[in-house]
Amino acid sequence: MLSLVIFLPLAAAAVFALPRTGRAAGAVWIAAAAADLALAVALWATYPGGIGHETRLRWIPTVSAGYHIGVDGLSLPLIAMTCVLFLCCAVYSARGPVSRSYAALFLFLQTVSVGLFAALDLLLFFVFFDLSIVGMYFVIAGWGHGDRARSALMFFLYTFLGSLVLLLGFIGLYVGGRTFDIADLARVPPFADRPGAAAVVLLAVGVGLAVKTPAVPLHTWLPPAHTDAPAAGSAVLAGVLLKMGAYGFARIAMPLLPGAWQRYAWVIICVGLAGVLYGALVALAQDDVKRLIAYTSVNHMGYILLALGAAGLAAPSAPRTLAVSGAVTQMVSHGLLTGALFLVAGVLWDRARTYDARRLGGVAATAPRLTALAALAAFGSLGLPGLSGFIAEFQIFAGVIGTGLPAAVVAGALGVTGILITAALFLRVLHRVFLGPPGEAGVNPDTRWPETAAIAPLLALSVLIGLAPRWLLDLIEPVSAAIVSLVGRP
Amino acid sequence: MNDLLWLLPGLPAAAGAALLPMRGRAVPALAVSVAAVTLLIAVYAAVARPATRPIPSVGGLRAGLAVDGLAAVMAVTTAAVALAVLVYAAGRIRASRGRFFGLMLVFTAAMLATVTAADLLVLLMAWEVMGACSYALIAFDWRDGGRVRAGGVAFLTTRAADLGLYVAAGCALAGTGSLAVAGLASAPRPWPDLVAGGIVLAALGKSAQLPFAFWLSRAMAGPTPVSALLHSATMVAAGAYLLLRVQPLLAATGWAALLVAWAGALTALLLGAVALAQTDLKQLLAASTSAQIGFAVLAAGLPALAGGAAHLVAHAAVKSLLFLCAGVWLAALGTQDLRELRGAGRLHRPVGVAFALGGAALGGLPPLSLWVTKDAVLAATGSPALFAVCLGAVLVAAGYAARVVLAVWLPPGHGGTVRAGALELLPLPPLTVVAVAFGLVGLWYGEWARFVGAGPGEPRPALPGLALTGVLAVAALARVLRHGPDAALALPGFAGWLGLERAAVAAAWRPMTALARALARFDDRVVGGAVRAVPRLGTALARWTRTRAEPALDGVIHALASTARRLGTLARRPQTGQVHTYLAQAAVCLIIIALLALVVWG
Repeated sequence: MLSLVIFLPLAAAAVFALPRTGRAAGAVWIAAAAADLALAVALWATYPGGIGHETRLRWIPTVSAGYHIGVDGLSLPLIAMTCVLFLCCAVYSARGPVSRSYAALFLFLQTVSVGLFAALDLLLFFVFFDLSIVGMYFVIAGWGHGDRARSALMFFLYTFLGSLVLLLGFIGLYVGGRTFDIADLARVPPFADRPGAAAVVLLAVGVGLAVKTPAVPLHTWLPPAHTDAPAAGSAVLAGVLLKMGAYGFARIAMPLLPGAWQRYAWVIICVGLAGVLYGALVALAQDDVKRLIAYTSVNHMGYILLALGAAGLAAPSAPRTLAVSGAVTQMVSHGLLTGALFLVAGVLWDRARTYDARRLGGVAATAPRLTALAALAAFGSLGLPGLSGFIAEFQIFAGVIGTGLPAAVVAGALGVTGILITAALFLRVLHRVFLGPPGEAGVNPDTRWPETAAIAPLLALSVLIGLAPRWLLDLIEPVSAAIVSLVGRP
Repeated sequence: MNDLLWLLPGLPAAAGAALLPMRGRAVPALAVSVAAVTLLIAVYAAVARPATRPIPSVGGLRAGLAVDGLAAVMAVTTAAVALAVLVYAAGRIRASRGRFFGLMLVFTAAMLATVTAADLLVLLMAWEVMGACSYALIAFDWRDGGRVRAGGVAFLTTRAADLGLYVAAGCALAGTGSLAVAGLASAPRPWPDLVAGGIVLAALGKSAQLPFAFWLSRAMAGPTPVSALLHSATMVAAGAYLLLRVQPLLAATGWAALLVAWAGALTALLLGAVALAQTDLKQLLAASTSAQIGFAVLAAGLPALAGGAAHLVAHAAVKSLLFLCAGVWLAALGTQDLRELRGAGRLHRPVGVAFALGGAALGGLPPLSLWVTKDAVLAATGSPALFAVCLGAVLVAAGYAARVVLAVWLPPGHGGTVRAGALELLPLPPLTVVAVAFGLVGLWYGEWARFVGAGPGEPRPALPGLALTGVLAVAALARVLRHGPDAALALPGFAGWLGLERAAVAAAWRPMTALARALARFDDRVVGGAVRAVPRLGTALARWTRTRAEPALDGVIHALASTARRLGTLARRPQTGQVHTYLAQAAVCLIIIALLALVVWG
């Protein structure tokens, strides 16, 4: 059944190879994405705990790499979030004619993304990781705007280089453990008695994942890629593709290299903290709305690294589990909220042909629905209670500070200032773009139904998580505890 | 039945959210009905004192609501003032009713949740939602950029202080393993200090105490009903309430109680002086809010729980009354300048009288409410220095109150006309009654202290103190009468709110934006530049290979080829096809071979 969830979108994309399916491309896309979401929900409903819906087939037995997939509390929320976001992108794209190749590309990306979150084999993970880069390259280069060819090339080369470093790390893990299977490697961590080798492998894996996350200073591919990508592409890039890096840390780096993770926990914390503060401050200085949202992603992903780093500290396990739960919640929350923000930015571009906050203004007069959606998404993103971002960030702060180590308290207190800066920058955007006197570029008409129908569910889910998070946390918390105990091994 | 307590914040919150997108005349009616039901729930909660079963929140932590004496007092006050203000607003607000009444209900719900929260997570959630609602309400008229900015200043200032609450929550977790408010004081050191520090920071920010008071000046940009609610029973009251609530924690640290007491007393004095220096009605009232809440903050530090709670209740009634009256004049006369409002109180007697009574109470004139409640706080002041500052604050309070009342009542009469609808007038009598008569609490002070849950050691307001503050208030009133209400305090800085906002902008906002711009440039040029330099280096290398290395390599190959060709030409030359030359060549070769053989073997 999990394989069906992974490959259903790809099968739907194959339908487009038939002649005369062009007119129905949008409908087929929405139907496939909706069916996949329904399957993902069914997957969630029938999830038994532990690693569920597992499939293990021989693939390349000479290097003990297999088609090993399965879900747990870490991957299931991300798979569900991925399916929701892709469905919303499909609905959003229904506002205009949809070309076959565009729909096929997104369906391909959906297969790749779900596959990555389900993969329990390093090589399989890597294949999906690389294919996501290829798919996104074509989305930006083919349907972007502005200097899209250059941005797409930069995105491709940068992240591809990152993935090569990641591959080196994976080969290192294979050398240490004689298998590519993640579950087997987690059982007996490689290089347990060779800290030097473990450090080198962690460096390679870490750099590879940090490029994708992105962590400061490996983030500069992100703003141009976002600025020039189409709205749905940006939403998927920020909402799903960035999670691949953060997910990789929790799935691969932490359980497989626990000793090195503990030893270099402070490095991870510092990188995360740098992302939090640097991302927020640079975002504050942006005039381009889409670049600004891109930099807030750097900030939000910084919180995740901060929390995951704190999980490696020598402290009681309860606060560390809280921090990891916060990090996973943040992955889901950021996908929903930033996805919504990028779709809002897409509407702005569609009507006004600009992202420049200096040329926009008073959008609320002509587009009250868009303004309401943007305000909700912005307040969610700045961590207002009642939306998912707060639940995530509160757990992260409480967990990091709750470890009780003096340096962690300082790190947490510094990290908290990030939410003040994001508050400042989102209020600035609301003021300059949506409120106040009208600007020179008008946004008219208001959101059409496909746009509303695409953005509103993302925010509704965020509110649901923000007010009643237990249904999500009940799934996440056991796996957070498991990760913390795995990373706590000597 | 205890879980019904969730309805207390839950009902107005849900109803408010549902009202947001609605339009039309039904909206105010619905909002007022919800507020009325909320008041009933609050009264029931105050009597029954329920506590919800704890529900799992995040991690293994629990969350819940509970009502104790302090919460009971504050919940009823909040619900009652909200009802009064919403009734008034029903007669006043015409545009975007859904947004206005929806936000007001959510605002009230957030305060009710803050009041009843039993753990720091629920408290923090409600606390922050309250801040966001204040932003949306201050910036209600969003077409005006100045109002939007004012909302932003209020939200950012209070959120900057709120960061303390985030840190406090983390430290509470580290120190006690839970987020329960009740157990904070018992944690091992240094956790109580850190938690207290964070909570004090957040509370001073929310209550517009020094040095955060300036946001309240900006908050005046909102519609008058918003000011009436924000200045009385929500937002500014929340900080003082939280400090009263965590008073055992403050006392456990020692320094925090002292700090809070001094912050409150100095705010009462200095912001009172700021109020004396204002020429704008709303600004005067705003500064007086900071100053009056200062007494409640002082109460948390002393401690004087019963006095502080009584002061919050009385002030809520007084200040909402004053703002609602002021709103009538502002709407009718279009100005809030005290000099242009001269005689406005005579235009509509009921409003004018209500305002005068509220003002007299604000000034602490005997026997009105704030005279008694203020003295209940002062009675617990042990340190002479603190007491002296407080007497100064009593003096300026009477001064600014006298100025604002006399300004609207002294002749000559105003030329304008003031009309007020029934809905606008309806809330004034009950508020006036509380503002005037709440001082009776002094007669049954022991019962009141027991109701609130104050410790047995707290002193009650006594006759000498009451006489002293009463005389001071009357003296200040007499002085204002002699000099006239237009004679604003002319000390430099006080008219501009002590330059607090300018200082905050210069010390925090400007450096932050400058750093942001510098980092953005750094990111673009250095980090991005380094990345862009890699492909540039690559293409430069490629170009060099094409223009230099390739031709050079080419040249070598060419040279090799031409040498080979030349050698070929040379080699062709002996091949003439004539037998005699071949014979001669063979002979020469033989001779050479013979010579070589001789050389080698010979």
